[in-house]
Amino acid sequence: MDNQTKIHIKNLNLHIGKQQILKDINVQIPKNKITVILGPSGCGKTTLLKSLNRLTDIYPDIKVEGSIEIDGQDILKVKKRDVTDIRKKMGLLSQRPYPLPMSIYKNITYGLKISGRRRKRFLNKRVEHYLKQASLWDEVKDRLKDPASALSIGQQQRLCLARGLAVDPEIILADEPTSALDPVSSQAIEEKFVELKERYTIVMVTHVLRQARRIADHVVFMYLGEVVEQGSAEEVFGNPKEERTKAYLRGAFN
Amino acid sequence: MRKFFKLLEERIFQGLMILATYGIAVVLFVIIISILIKGLPSLSWEMLSQTPKGGFYFGKEGGILNAIIGSLYLAFGSTLLALLIGLPVALYMNIHLLNRKKLVNTIRFLLDLLWGVPSIVYGAFGFSVMIFLGMRNSLLAGIITITLFIIPIMIRAIDEVLKSVPRGLLEASLSLGSTRSETAYRVFVKQCIPGIITAVLLAFGRGIGDAAAVLFTTGYTDYIPTSLSHPTASLPLAIFFQLSSPVPEVKDRAYASALVLTIIILVISILSRILSRRFQKTKINF
Amino acid sequence: MKRFFKINRKIRNTFHKRWMLLSLIVVIAMPIVLGVGLYLKSAMLLEQTSLIKLLFSKEWKPMQGLFGLWPFIVSSLWVTILALLIAGPICLLAAIYMTQYTKKYFLRMMHPVIDILAGIPSVVYGVWGVIFVVPLVSNHLAPFFNTQSSGYSILTGAIVLAVMIIPFILNILIEVFRNIPDQLTEASLSLGATHWETVKHVLVRKAFPGIVSAFGLGISRAFGETIAVLMVVGNVTQIPKGIFQPGYPLPALIANNYGEMLSIPLYDSALMLSALVLFVVVLLFNFASRMAIIKLERHT
Repeated sequence: MDNQTKIHIKNLNLHIGKQQILKDINVQIPKNKITVILGPSGCGKTTLLKSLNRLTDIYPDIKVEGSIEIDGQDILKVKKRDVTDIRKKMGLLSQRPYPLPMSIYKNITYGLKISGRRRKRFLNKRVEHYLKQASLWDEVKDRLKDPASALSIGQQQRLCLARGLAVDPEIILADEPTSALDPVSSQAIEEKFVELKERYTIVMVTHVLRQARRIADHVVFMYLGEVVEQGSAEEVFGNPKEERTKAYLRGAFN
Repeated sequence: MRKFFKLLEERIFQGLMILATYGIAVVLFVIIISILIKGLPSLSWEMLSQTPKGGFYFGKEGGILNAIIGSLYLAFGSTLLALLIGLPVALYMNIHLLNRKKLVNTIRFLLDLLWGVPSIVYGAFGFSVMIFLGMRNSLLAGIITITLFIIPIMIRAIDEVLKSVPRGLLEASLSLGSTRSETAYRVFVKQCIPGIITAVLLAFGRGIGDAAAVLFTTGYTDYIPTSLSHPTASLPLAIFFQLSSPVPEVKDRAYASALVLTIIILVISILSRILSRRFQKTKINF
Repeated sequence: MKRFFKINRKIRNTFHKRWMLLSLIVVIAMPIVLGVGLYLKSAMLLEQTSLIKLLFSKEWKPMQGLFGLWPFIVSSLWVTILALLIAGPICLLAAIYMTQYTKKYFLRMMHPVIDILAGIPSVVYGVWGVIFVVPLVSNHLAPFFNTQSSGYSILTGAIVLAVMIIPFILNILIEVFRNIPDQLTEASLSLGATHWETVKHVLVRKAFPGIVSAFGLGISRAFGETIAVLMVVGNVTQIPKGIFQPGYPLPALIANNYGEMLSIPLYDSALMLSALVLFVVVLLFNFASRMAIIKLERHT
């Protein structure tokens, strides 16, 4: 395994009840790049993303086999009580923003407080810092005590990004983060990602081909629970090897 | 250390949650078992097939057939009446008022409020009206009171079923030249029949089990009523009255009567469960 | 012939529509008629004594024309609040467990249990109370707390009531928790919270309005429950000083005295006033709780 690989998924199989959702997945995700998981809806992209974070744990009907190594550590073997440490390494951005049912301020400090940081001055500084990073500070600095649900959808999504960054992760997992947003907010998020990849490894799920072309460094193409093809963006987009990839790129599945 | 306490807290609460959940199931078990243990020994064919004889209330011969039949009369009568009023209301709400969402929601809200009104209030009200009209304790008065009490339940239950019928079905039927009322009875009712039966059974169960509404209005008698104007015995009241007797044999019969009522309710509940399962199969999915 | 059918169809159509409309009006008018009817019957007493005095006076001596409802109102409050204190936490814990910690089939298995509990008639609960809860209270619970009790007490009534409202509250809570999107849980977990922390800080907070209205609906259900409570609560006209003492809630008062009330007109009036109080309190609680639910739905 080389230094450039952040996440290495080996022989991953996932069942929900009796149905197999992921079939023998082998994927390498490079460090400090934007990796896009591409594929038609219902192909298991989101499920794959969630298993990186062990979010699959909370659904008792889901069974996962195989291994997922992050920096060489198999996270599927981590004991249940230490799972929170794994999750803190990753920030999650979902399809629609799901602000926690509390104030803007508390949304950011939630993760910090959970890990035991309670000093008011420290928290204030973090809140300002991460809201600035998500380009939200100027819009909300005067109403930090307002409920997060009062923000617009685009603002909420940036709040969720700030909230995720605040726990100081190494990886950002994003599940179609722009699908509920207007074009302007979408563009803001995309630009933010390109900016953030210097310090974070970003894994993004999307079914929007154009978006993938715009920002992907590395591409994983999935179809019906299997990985069909993976490689650098130039390779996959410029010179696809598999028939199914070609068909998808032509727009046959959409 | 922090982690240890976090884990401990989670474990404790998980334990409490499991306790609460299984506790609920255990309570149901305990209820059924205690009624069975107390009721089964004095349950006999004689008790089910005879009306009270002389000295019944001192522990002598006889049975509770009067109460069983009376309860069935009351429940059937009121369910039928409630269906006659409730079904058209539910249909009207879901077909004629389809585009008046706000109005329909207000009606739903009102019905939900009515659902919450305790049956004793209906009983007291029914009694006052009965006196006002110069009526006596009778089967009819009981049926009307129970009907008032179960109508909201019936309408809301049917309404929930009708709500799930896709709008397209109504539009298709209208475009074929049917009127709204024809669509209501021929298409909607047909499509929803198992769901409607479930709603009817729900209302029936409520009607047969309620004591407070009939306490004032039906009176109590040892005979099986032969006319709507006769007073009528009912199972809940038979249980209630017999239990307050000091004679042990009569008390035992109260337990047995409670067992009979419980069995009736269980049968209704199982029936509606089977039907609602079948309902999910026969419903056309769009 | 064809024309005849057409007319026939028209008539039938009109008839159906009229009948539907008439039924609807009857149903909508029902709460108003109920309220007005009960008010008219209690007006006779209200002309003589003020409402405040009736509600807060301790003297209940029908033969002397004194109709203070306070002992009954206090008993009702005791029984209801105690029942909610027992049922509330149990329902909350069970609802969280069934929606957050178990496989889907578990909830499917528990549904019949909840439905059957909800369907058992109140008189059967009363019988169960007499044969199970009354001895439990008098032989075990009361000695444990170093007091004596006949078993027919406020606590017994509350326990029976608690069991009766559990399925009712639980069903609403399960719905409330199921309607919270999984992604909210995922968001909290991905920030490093444990499952329990997520439940405690995020889900319960999100569900809070729903929890409040479930409890409110439970209270209104408990407040009006008659026969089961009447059978186990003792029915002694007094202001209870402890949970092991007998009480006499409002619905029991109405149910117990229906036979005698006709001979004294004011007595009749007093009982109808109790029914009116019951009606108004229950409607108010129902109204507030359902409004809260509707607001919650609008927000999510």
